[in-house]
Amino acid sequence: MSQHTLYDDVWERHRVRTLPSGQDQLFVGLHLVHEVTSPQAFGMLEERGLEVARPDLTHATADHIVPTDDRSRPYGDDAAESMMSELERNVGDSAIAFDHPDTGRQGIVHVVGPEQGLTQPGMTVVCGDSHTATHGAFGALAFGIGTSQIRDVLATQTIAMEKKRVRRIEVTGELDEGVTAKDVILTIIRELGTDGGVGYVYEYGGPVVEAMDMEGRMTVCNMSIEGGARAGYVNPDETTDAWLRETDAFRDDPERFEELREYWESIRSGPDAEYDDVVTIDGSAIEPAVTWGTTPGQSVGVTDPVPDPDSLPEGQRDVARRAQAHTGVTPGESMQGYPVDVAFLGSCTNARLADLRDAARVVRGRAVHGDVRALVVPGSQRVAANAEAEGLDDVFRDAGFEWRAPGCSMCLGMNDDQLVGDEVCASSSNRNFVGRQGSKEGRTLLMSPRMVAAAAVTGEVTDVRELSLVGTDTDDPAEVTR
Amino acid sequence: MSSDAADGETETTATDPVEHVSGTGIAVRGDDIDTDQILPARFLKVLTFEGLGEFAFFDQRFEEVETDHGTEEVETDHPFNDPEHRRASVLVVNSNFGCGSSREHAPQALQRWGIDAVVGESFAEIFAGNCLALGVPTVTMDGEAIEALQSFVEANPDADVAVDVAAETVAYDGRRVEADVDDTQHHALVNGQWDTTAQLAAVPERIAETANSLPYLDAS
Ligand code: SF4
Repeated sequence: MSQHTLYDDVWERHRVRTLPSGQDQLFVGLHLVHEVTSPQAFGMLEERGLEVARPDLTHATADHIVPTDDRSRPYGDDAAESMMSELERNVGDSAIAFDHPDTGRQGIVHVVGPEQGLTQPGMTVVCGDSHTATHGAFGALAFGIGTSQIRDVLATQTIAMEKKRVRRIEVTGELDEGVTAKDVILTIIRELGTDGGVGYVYEYGGPVVEAMDMEGRMTVCNMSIEGGARAGYVNPDETTDAWLRETDAFRDDPERFEELREYWESIRSGPDAEYDDVVTIDGSAIEPAVTWGTTPGQSVGVTDPVPDPDSLPEGQRDVARRAQAHTGVTPGESMQGYPVDVAFLGSCTNARLADLRDAARVVRGRAVHGDVRALVVPGSQRVAANAEAEGLDDVFRDAGFEWRAPGCSMCLGMNDDQLVGDEVCASSSNRNFVGRQGSKEGRTLLMSPRMVAAAAVTGEVTDVRELSLVGTDTDDPAEVTR
Repeated sequence: MSSDAADGETETTATDPVEHVSGTGIAVRGDDIDTDQILPARFLKVLTFEGLGEFAFFDQRFEEVETDHGTEEVETDHPFNDPEHRRASVLVVNSNFGCGSSREHAPQALQRWGIDAVVGESFAEIFAGNCLALGVPTVTMDGEAIEALQSFVEANPDADVAVDVAAETVAYDGRRVEADVDDTQHHALVNGQWDTTAQLAAVPERIAETANSLPYLDAS
């Protein structure tokens, strides 16, 4: 078993006891709640006459079902309205902090936690959502849980969990121009498989990860679950500190910040850390990635040929054949030139300010292709406000993108933002499963925000390195308020 | 409920033990069947889990075809549409079943459809955990054994498949095959401790102690 890693240390500090089943009872430092997976848990609590144990450590937002266009109440969709009202009632009854759309803080749960400084290194974070691993970017242990476990956490602020093994994923070298964090994680999943991480948590490190900004680290950790890992994290460092210093949690309390920084440093995986497995990925060889199939593991570098199913390991052939029948790609050819109907810039993987800035560099001075419906759905109201302050909304609007209100939107199509028929979507989200974006014939191509922008303006899958970029990612940023 | 049970001590049984599950079988073939396939997102717009059973595998079970009268939803040949398998309670699947979204709605839908145990080559972890919270075992066997069992249940929709969680075997067709039940799951099911809330709530002092020891919680 691993030793002296951040995972081991933080786990041990939160361990209340070992249960008779062999699982550990872990204390939960932050419980994030959204409207889709919580109502049944609150219901079970009520049935059992239990109360929320630590409303002070619980934080709610609404993201999955909120409309991204007309947000006047009641919502046009009755089911969405009833879920929103139920959340309002549940958090009101229990005095849980809630990023209601009226607060200006609403957004996707994995965007709002980090941007408000709720997510901190050395914490345990849980949420009834599989992309909770995102928060691991800060050196937190962050787990997605089911509704029955949400009930456990609401009732006791603890959870029963098994300790996993730790795999260190070392990304060496330096990323090429045009290659982003999204391409790194898509490449990792392609190489290790969608079930390669089962039984593990992933510790991401090495020069490429160390050089990433927090947004990039969140993108990488976000998709840990797509690689089968229960969680993923990055050891906290100066980049982490710099982000946290500017959040609500610490902006006005530098003393508290310094105090906690000692703790954050103490939990890093040390030089004596032992891992159950170490995998090295050559970062310099990573290409802008795009998926050709119906699992996030089915991707290729944009200039590489789509694999022939017969050339894959036997266990993957059938799945690959079915996937290619669904997407209609041609083995042996690259994905370049594959026509796109929709461009979706959004989701908890890639809808933060840095992502929007990055995509804007491609979009500036260009126009969305006539056959493409393109939308930007910022990850939160704060992301939207910051982007608007530096004029990114106009860059996108002028090019022909729709600029929407924050939410999960077309990532999973629980509101009106859905694919129609067999539309092809260039998407900055994390899942290309059949039916994921609201139409079971719909086809999702996962790629980086930059590549989505490139596809939007050319109308087809395009190697973004062939387009000149306008402005730098540090150009004219207005002061950012998190 | 004991107030402060020591590590390893057996506590109040909160739920019924699940030692055996038997019934007829149903096979759903394919690797990487994700929870979006088991229960598409549009069926998550609900405040309770009631009635989700009829939507299990919905998008695989129906397709639109063009007819003389326009498009019509017709049933596919998905096993969940087959009347011969309608009463099945043991679901047999392949590898990485239940990957993707953490929605507990997926196992809830399967259970409400009638599934009491799932046997497969491997399961996504959150899915297996969600099944456990409902008292539904996720039992694993190697790929060949799974294929054999799938072929058997397809050919014999009325035959009994007996999953012995305690002994970690699956019996059918006069045979008894070795299977694997994860240790935690085994303990929780056999001892009827798969509903964890009462167990977790049993040690309030120790929870408070742990909370007080965390640097980020003091003085805030
Ligand atoms: S953006 Fe997509 S993946 Fe992220 S929380 Fe929302 S639905 Fe889930």
